[in-house]
Amino acid sequence: MALLQISEPGQTQAPHQRRIAVGIDLGTTNSLVASVRSGEANVLTDQDGQAILPSVVRYHSDSVEVGQSALLAAEQDPENTIISAKRFMGRALDDVLKTYPELPYQFAGDSKELARINTVQGAKSAIEISAEILKSLKQRAEHVLVDEVQGAVITVPAYFDDAQRQSTKDAARLAGLNVLRLLNEPTAAAIAYGLDSGSEGQIAVFDLGGGTFDISILRLEKGVFEVLSTGGDSALGGDDFDQVIIDWLKTQHLLPATLSPRLRRVVKEKAKLAKETLSSNEHTHIVIELDDGTQVSAELDKTTYESLIEPLVKRTLIACRRALKDAELKADEIKEVVLVGGSTRVPLVRQRVSEFFDKQPLSSIDPDKVVAIGASIQADILIGNKPDSDMVLLDVIPLSLGLETMGGLCEKIISRNTTIPVAKAQEFTTFKDGQSAMAIHVVQGEREMVQDCRSLARFELHDIPPMAAGAAHIRVTFQVDADGLLSVTAMEKSTGVQSSIQVKPSYGLEEDEILTMLKASVEHAEVDVQARRLAEQRVEAERIIESLGNALAQDKNLLQEAEFNKLAGELEKLAQLAKQDDADAIKQQIEAIDAASQDFAAARMDHSIRKALQGQQVDEI
Amino acid sequence: MAVTLTEAAAARVQHFLQNRGKGIGLRLGVKTSGCSGMAYVIEFVDDLNQDDKVFEDHGVKLIVDAKSLLYIDGTELDFVKEGLNEGFQFNNPNVSDECGCGESFHV
Repeated sequence: MALLQISEPGQTQAPHQRRIAVGIDLGTTNSLVASVRSGEANVLTDQDGQAILPSVVRYHSDSVEVGQSALLAAEQDPENTIISAKRFMGRALDDVLKTYPELPYQFAGDSKELARINTVQGAKSAIEISAEILKSLKQRAEHVLVDEVQGAVITVPAYFDDAQRQSTKDAARLAGLNVLRLLNEPTAAAIAYGLDSGSEGQIAVFDLGGGTFDISILRLEKGVFEVLSTGGDSALGGDDFDQVIIDWLKTQHLLPATLSPRLRRVVKEKAKLAKETLSSNEHTHIVIELDDGTQVSAELDKTTYESLIEPLVKRTLIACRRALKDAELKADEIKEVVLVGGSTRVPLVRQRVSEFFDKQPLSSIDPDKVVAIGASIQADILIGNKPDSDMVLLDVIPLSLGLETMGGLCEKIISRNTTIPVAKAQEFTTFKDGQSAMAIHVVQGEREMVQDCRSLARFELHDIPPMAAGAAHIRVTFQVDADGLLSVTAMEKSTGVQSSIQVKPSYGLEEDEILTMLKASVEHAEVDVQARRLAEQRVEAERIIESLGNALAQDKNLLQEAEFNKLAGELEKLAQLAKQDDADAIKQQIEAIDAASQDFAAARMDHSIRKALQGQQVDEI
Repeated sequence: MAVTLTEAAAARVQHFLQNRGKGIGLRLGVKTSGCSGMAYVIEFVDDLNQDDKVFEDHGVKLIVDAKSLLYIDGTELDFVKEGLNEGFQFNNPNVSDECGCGESFHV
């Protein structure tokens, strides 16, 4: 008998069609998988009840071992046991060797290619190694949920570049996972605390993991998290806290100067245990059996321990200060602080962080699990278990995106159903002589007229150098990233001056609303075509009134009074027609004026040439 | 006519409702689909419909629409753990036949 989970109202799925999605925290040191069941997000554990899977892969000649057992073998089989492969994601070999000169691995291939490690199973890239970790988590999820995983949200560090993100996606594909989306780790942590539905403001995510420290400053605006700055230290984490205790034991002359592999592992475990004990106790008793069987013991109290780790904590705060500076914020402008990573359990860390930001950080969710939990909440929404949610996060653009051009017309730049991410550019020009600014009105919808579309944002491009109408080249780029965030940039090409804006087109847009808008565009197709024709003719009329009007004012003397009056009269008639709704009438009048003004145009041309040549010698020409 | 639930199920339902932060109870019902005729519905309830019947057991409101009640009258809802998997199970006396997976049934 299948076991059932509670669905949202009206969301019960037919048997065998349940939408199962997971969130995966693919960490440098540890990885986790979580899922939402009966509306509650929880991490999924393995058979031994362990939620954390060490991100370690060991290759045997005919099999692959992942997790804790692989980690234990690292010392005896270092070449085939890959730890923290995430550091090599999307990185070329020479880049990896430069950053990590002391790796025990044998690398393969060209230094400009993606780093690959020689193992008993051949050369393996970070993508393939990560895929093994993902595969293991997928199996775990399917074992626990007794169903097929239909989609996953995988988290990546906020600072990951496109190559690293693409590598993560490739790893997921290799593992047979359908990636609903990649999510920034700090954003996932913020989502776990429900901050995405909270009020707008700046959020700091303080992530002190096993081996790395990341601080991210996010801004929540209109339902979108924007990463303002990131910082941290790729070699600072819980392992350093353990090392501090090991070093202290050495200064107490309890340990030999060089440790055997066995002793090193024992001491490391004891130090870790002591650290964890001191999180909730005033002192701890450390007992270690040396290689010769003798026992040594030491008493470490919290005060001593905290004085030992103080320099490490200080390093995290320095990174926080720098991240704030990069984000151009002060500590008191941070609305919420989220703690992520096991090492944030250390009381001194919490205390210093809360002093630094002058507020109590959020820590009610297990800091080891918070990223995976946030990812699973997002996955549950993306797979479609929560249609009532105001987040319409689709992987295609649900409605066309465009901008307003003269006459209230909507020029579509990215058409609907385009998959994201996508970037498209189009060139526009100025309408009037000497025009120095341009207003960009970003709209969404299928209709021809801006008034029938949804207005998303407006901004202006200034400092366009004075040029004749139509001479300026203004490149407008629409870019929608994987998170559905739209950036619109307008740039004047000769000077490079630019201006831009970011919006989330799906923000506050219900699915019903999208359907209504699509239906309207079909129903009004005929009317819209007429409206577009009329608007275009009006724009053309306005252009002629402007340019011919200027010409008449300048070169009145080139015309007989009767001719002048006739042209002025025709222009007046055009102006009147432009106010009415007959596109054909406007068009005919424009053609009439065109014909009637040809002599005048020729006369102006002669005149200006003559003027240019006046007073010049023949041989100068 | 009534439906009930075990203490274990009641504790989980209350936990999930609290975690969700809204909802007046739990809807139990059936819909026609699946490989063997009918499938169970188990959902959070925010609003009652006109033909809904409300039963209360172990402090949990169980909501069943009139038509579904014909098929699940006498059902006891249980919460079960099977290995690492866990979830709700309908102990429905009306069932004469189930599909292999147990997700749908005949009366």
